[in-house]
Amino acid sequence: MKQLSTKVTSNGHGQDSSYLLGWEEYEKNPYDEIKNPNGMIQMGLAENQLCFDLIESWLAKNPDAASLKRNGQSIFKELALFQDYHGMPEFKKAMAEFMEEIRGNRVTFNPKKIVLAAGSTSANETLMFCLAEPGDAFLLPTPYYPGFDRDLKWRTGAEIVPIHCSSSNGFQITESALQQAYQQAHKLGLKVKGVLVTNPSNPLGTALTRRELNLLVDFITSKNIHLISDEIYSGTMFGFEQFISVMDVLKDKKLENTDVTKRVHVVYSLSKDLGLPGFRVGAIYSNDDMIVSAATKMSSFGLVSSQTQYLLSALLSDKKFTSQYLEENQKRLKSRQKRLVSGLESAGITCLRSNAGLFCWVDMRHLLDTNTFEAELDLWKKIVYNVKLNISPGSSCHCTEPGWFRVCFANMSEDTLDLALKRLKTFVESTDCGRMISRSSHERLKSLRKKTVSNWVFRVSWSDRVPDER
Amino acid sequence: MGLPLMINNDDNNNNKVELSRVAVSDTHGEDSPYFAGWKAYDENPYDESHNPSGVIQMGLAENQVSFDLLESYLEKKNPEGSLWESKGSRGFRENALFQDYHGLKNFRQAMASFMEKIRGGKARFDPDRIVLTAGATAANELLTFILANPNDALLVPTPYYPGFDRDLRWRTGVRIVPIHCDSSNHFQITPEALEAAYKTARDANIRVRGVLITNPSNPLGATVQKKVLEDLLDFCVRKNIHLVSDEIYSGSVFHASEFTSVAEIVENIDDVSVKERVHIVYSLSKDLGLPGFRVGTIYSYNDNVVRTARRMSSFTLVSSQTQHMLASMLSDEEFTEKYIRINRERLRRRYETIVEGLKKEGIECLKGNAGLFCWMNLGFLLNTNMKEGELELWDVILKELKLNISPGSSCHCSEFGWFRVCFANMGEKTLKIALKRIHEFMDRRRKVLNC
Repeated sequence: MKQLSTKVTSNGHGQDSSYLLGWEEYEKNPYDEIKNPNGMIQMGLAENQLCFDLIESWLAKNPDAASLKRNGQSIFKELALFQDYHGMPEFKKAMAEFMEEIRGNRVTFNPKKIVLAAGSTSANETLMFCLAEPGDAFLLPTPYYPGFDRDLKWRTGAEIVPIHCSSSNGFQITESALQQAYQQAHKLGLKVKGVLVTNPSNPLGTALTRRELNLLVDFITSKNIHLISDEIYSGTMFGFEQFISVMDVLKDKKLENTDVTKRVHVVYSLSKDLGLPGFRVGAIYSNDDMIVSAATKMSSFGLVSSQTQYLLSALLSDKKFTSQYLEENQKRLKSRQKRLVSGLESAGITCLRSNAGLFCWVDMRHLLDTNTFEAELDLWKKIVYNVKLNISPGSSCHCTEPGWFRVCFANMSEDTLDLALKRLKTFVESTDCGRMISRSSHERLKSLRKKTVSNWVFRVSWSDRVPDER
Repeated sequence: MGLPLMINNDDNNNNKVELSRVAVSDTHGEDSPYFAGWKAYDENPYDESHNPSGVIQMGLAENQVSFDLLESYLEKKNPEGSLWESKGSRGFRENALFQDYHGLKNFRQAMASFMEKIRGGKARFDPDRIVLTAGATAANELLTFILANPNDALLVPTPYYPGFDRDLRWRTGVRIVPIHCDSSNHFQITPEALEAAYKTARDANIRVRGVLITNPSNPLGATVQKKVLEDLLDFCVRKNIHLVSDEIYSGSVFHASEFTSVAEIVENIDDVSVKERVHIVYSLSKDLGLPGFRVGTIYSYNDNVVRTARRMSSFTLVSSQTQHMLASMLSDEEFTEKYIRINRERLRRRYETIVEGLKKEGIECLKGNAGLFCWMNLGFLLNTNMKEGELELWDVILKELKLNISPGSSCHCSEFGWFRVCFANMGEKTLKIALKRIHEFMDRRRKVLNC
């Protein structure tokens, strides 16, 4: 019997996780305002649909960019033939400058150190191929994006060892959690090659604090390992704080020309900030020439369409557009997040206080029958099948505490969001917990607010320790 | 052959954290002359007006003969610009959000229909079996990940496209075991050569997972005969292995009737256990001359392979912008019929120009009937009938004639003196200048010999 490789028979593709089963249910019965008002509302998709109008109006004013023309002349042939894996210089320059702009122009990105990839999915996998042997491990803080199980492990043979984070401190990374994860890897006989963080975090919707970033840089320095900072949500930061990139920290610690900097790599993409996942634009930024060289050659397996590079280099080179876009994007995301948070609050549900991303990390522990993952799955099924909302259960993100869910807010209209919140509120009020709320709503809400305040206070007190954080 | 070379990077640096073996190996193959010639060209490229004595690039298998047809079609369709107007105001955002690894349905249908057209309707393609990837480079690597485990082998007939050393082996850890072909029978694959390759692998305790052919062949520029395809499939059935047919040059066969796709052979087979081992790779980079747009595809008769390939294609999706732009063009039957016909004709004429020009100088080529290049025999010019002799000659052609052509050794040819010469990546004038330089070189040589 002819066989296929073990990659086929393994579950490394991750498609059996609940994360994706919810999507399948959505596909069968998708909500439509007119045609299917009782359908399932998709809240499991971290897409940014809030600012398309800005891009569309730019396209209308700049028709050449999408019609393969430059100054009215066709450059079809030039683009059709361009397959240089170094990427289009104008495009990499525009990407570098966009990344700088997102970081308040406090750090610089050298376009020559950018390697393009077909999305950050491809970028992350390529970095794994460059940094890890089959059986080597990367440490990832939990909860993490479910797709990493596939992207980092499937074809590379690398392993993920979790850095356990908990709600007791707002899921922040601690020194002891890092050390524990490192030791756990050793216990499992795995060689640790690095740490991978998503900053801002998916699914938490929070940016890493300076304290955490310093901790991470110190940790990889002492262990002599790599740090991958997946910053694909960097342009979605809407909180009062500025986004702090790992590149900021390296600069502030004056580590720019050291070996440590060579071991820090940033991943970026236009799928979240610009809402263009279909165009497959990802990037690796590395200060290690060998990595840049190897990754560049590997990018042959996932080049960005020249047509797309051309369009986006024009878009991103328009500084008037980029500054307007970034500002407006932040505003709209902030207002959307507020809407979700207050809607949840009126249903007696709190979230982790967030300042970035396209989703909130929602606390539904009080709605569980028991403090178990079985109960979480039960609750999730009720929400999917009865309430008809597809949200992502924390267990699919490897969260160690049951009862947390990721709920997206930027992939639908305001009306749809309101409807989703209404359904959720109805559901909560109809359950035992809901009855509790209606009986002693004032007391409960007061205690919930306290909880909210203490999360907030807690985070502020962490950041206050480092006076220059803002 | 087929074993990745590794550079030891931990000699002096006990403190330096290592990169992976994959990162430091040279299995990417970029140090071969195939790529070295490109560098020489980059440093001194021919230009009709600005640099008439520069290096003429004849090592790049690009198709530049039919752009006018594509350009005029796209102009007609979107004269005003925005490619999303036809779909109304929601067109752009819907397209920008589309990242479904199934690919745009109408684009898959267009690819299936285009592949059928190329084969003159002799085989049908089900759009649901088409998996899209960012180029055939990605498709071949992806298939290898699916069909083989690290240290397994694929059998590949020589001479073969140098890129396979990277595409099939580098990150996959899979080996290539060559099926040796030679000029005694026009480099066709024989049952004996197949058995010999298989035995070589087995003797080294290497598990063979499949045979991978390119049809029409790169670098031979010739189609694989129907009988050979049938023998190949028999062989794969007997050994219980896969058959991958990379048909990216199928639309570049000069006379449509001379091409037999493995799809035609499979079309008439009902036995699923036979069909399920056949997989076809295609791309728009050669037939349409669009390598920059990164459009490749895997077509498999095996449900498991289709499903897995689709999931794996997440690492290498085709830009939705590109899918959208090309979908209507490729399903336009009138256009594709015209394009395929005219493209074949122009390539044939180019081929005849170069082959006749070479013949005048006493240089023979393998009888070709497809592709963007000819397989030229300069064995009689070698000082020594060895790889060194071939590379010496290649260097002379690069430095003296300023022509970058590809030496057969970089294609793992077992005979020395063969060179692949591309003819479709330049204008006719440039081709004539290249032939003139060859003429002058041969003239000088004749004079020297006659002294």
